Amino acid sequence: MSVLSKLKEALVCLKAGRVTLPYPAQAMPVPEKFRGRPIFDVAKCTGCGGCANNCPAREILVFDVCQEVRVLQYLGRRCAYCGRCADVCPEKAVTMSHEFENATNAIGDIKQRIELFMSTCQRCGRCFKEPTTLDQLKMKGYRFDDVAHERWVFRSKAYLDSEPVVDDIKIEWE
Amino acid sequence: MLKNLCQKMFGRSLWVYHANSGGCNGCDIEVLNVLTPYYDAERFGIKLVGSPRHADAMLCQGPAMRSTAQALKRAYDAMPAPKLVFAIGSCACGGGIWFDSYSVLGPVEKLVPVNFYIPGCPPRPEAIIYGVAVALGLVDKKTAPVQFKQIELPIPRYHPGDLRGRDELVVYEKVEKV
Ligand code: SF4
Ligand code: SF4
Ligand code: SF4
Repeated sequence: MSVLSKLKEALVCLKAGRVTLPYPAQAMPVPEKFRGRPIFDVAKCTGCGGCANNCPAREILVFDVCQEVRVLQYLGRRCAYCGRCADVCPEKAVTMSHEFENATNAIGDIKQRIELFMSTCQRCGRCFKEPTTLDQLKMKGYRFDDVAHERWVFRSKAYLDSEPVVDDIKIEWE
Repeated sequence: MLKNLCQKMFGRSLWVYHANSGGCNGCDIEVLNVLTPYYDAERFGIKLVGSPRHADAMLCQGPAMRSTAQALKRAYDAMPAPKLVFAIGSCACGGGIWFDSYSVLGPVEKLVPVNFYIPGCPPRPEAIIYGVAVALGLVDKKTAPVQFKQIELPIPRYHPGDLRGRDELVVYEKVEKV
C-alpha cells in the first residue's frame, strides 16, 4: 500500500515537471500593483508633512531647520511598504516603486533625505501652505524630530531635561 | 574583507538557521517559500538546519523582543564562527510598525550584530535570494542613500543691514549668514 502511495507521489511530481523559477539569472517581473520602496519626488513635494503624520511606522521625520528650510527624512528601516504616504500625499510626490531588491549591508543605504525650501508669507511671516491641505493633514506649527538619532519626537518639550524622549528600554537580562 | 571571507568560507554551502524572535510569521513564510521548489535555494547550497550549532548564518525575523531577547542572544552565541546574521523584514531591520511598544526593544541589531539587511514587510522571496546573493558577493547591492536639496545651506537671510544704496536703487547684497 505504502509503495503504491509512493509511486503515486512520484507520478504527481513527474507530472508537475520543472517549476523552479530562473530568478537570480533572470529578472522577475513583479505584479502591476506591487508596492516596493516609496520614492520621493523633490520637485513636487510641498513639505506639508502629511506623509510623516500618516506613516504607521513613523518612518518619515520632519525637522524644521529654520523658517525657510524643512528637512524630510525617510529612513526606510521599518517601512512596511504600505503605501499610506503615497495615498495621502496631496501633490502625488510619493510613488510606490517596484524596487524590492533593497538588500544591503548598511541600513543607512535606504535613506532618503529631502531639504525643502519653504517660502515665507510676506504678510504674516509664516510658511505659506494651502489652508485646506494644512487642515486636512493636521500639520500645525514646527516640528523637531530627532534627525541625528533618527527618532520621532512626539512633543517639542521632549528636548527639555525634565521630560526626556521616550528612551530606549534597557534590556533586562535575567 | 567580510565579503572575501564570505566567498571563501560560504562559497559552496550556507547552512542557515531560522530564528523568529517575535515577528508575525509573514517573513517565516517567505523564507520557507525560498526553500520550495519554485525558488529552490538548495541549488545554491543553502540549507535550513534545525540547530544554531550547525549553522553558518542566522536569519532573524521579528524585532528584538523583551521576552525572546535572551533566547536570541543565546542562539547567536551558539553558532560557530565565522557567522553571518541576516535581518529579514522591517521588524528585524528597524523594529517594525510596533517599534515603540512596551514589549519591543527595537531592531535585532540591538542584541546581535547584523551583517545584512533585507527590508520589506515581508520581503519577496526574490528579495531574500537577492540579499543572500549580495552577502555571497554574487551581485552588487543596488541601494545607496539619496539626498535631494532644493536649496544650499546656509541660505542668506534678509538683513536690513545688507541694503546698499546704489545711485537711485537700493540693492540687497546677499551675505553668507543664517
Ligand atoms: S510606505 Fe507606509 S511605512 Fe513606508 S514610509 Fe510610506 S507610510 Fe510609512
Ligand atoms: S505628503 Fe507629499 S507633499 Fe506633503 S510632505 Fe509628504 S511628500 Fe511632501
Ligand atoms: S516584517 Fe512584516 S511580515 Fe515580517 S515579521 Fe515583521 S510584521 Fe511580519
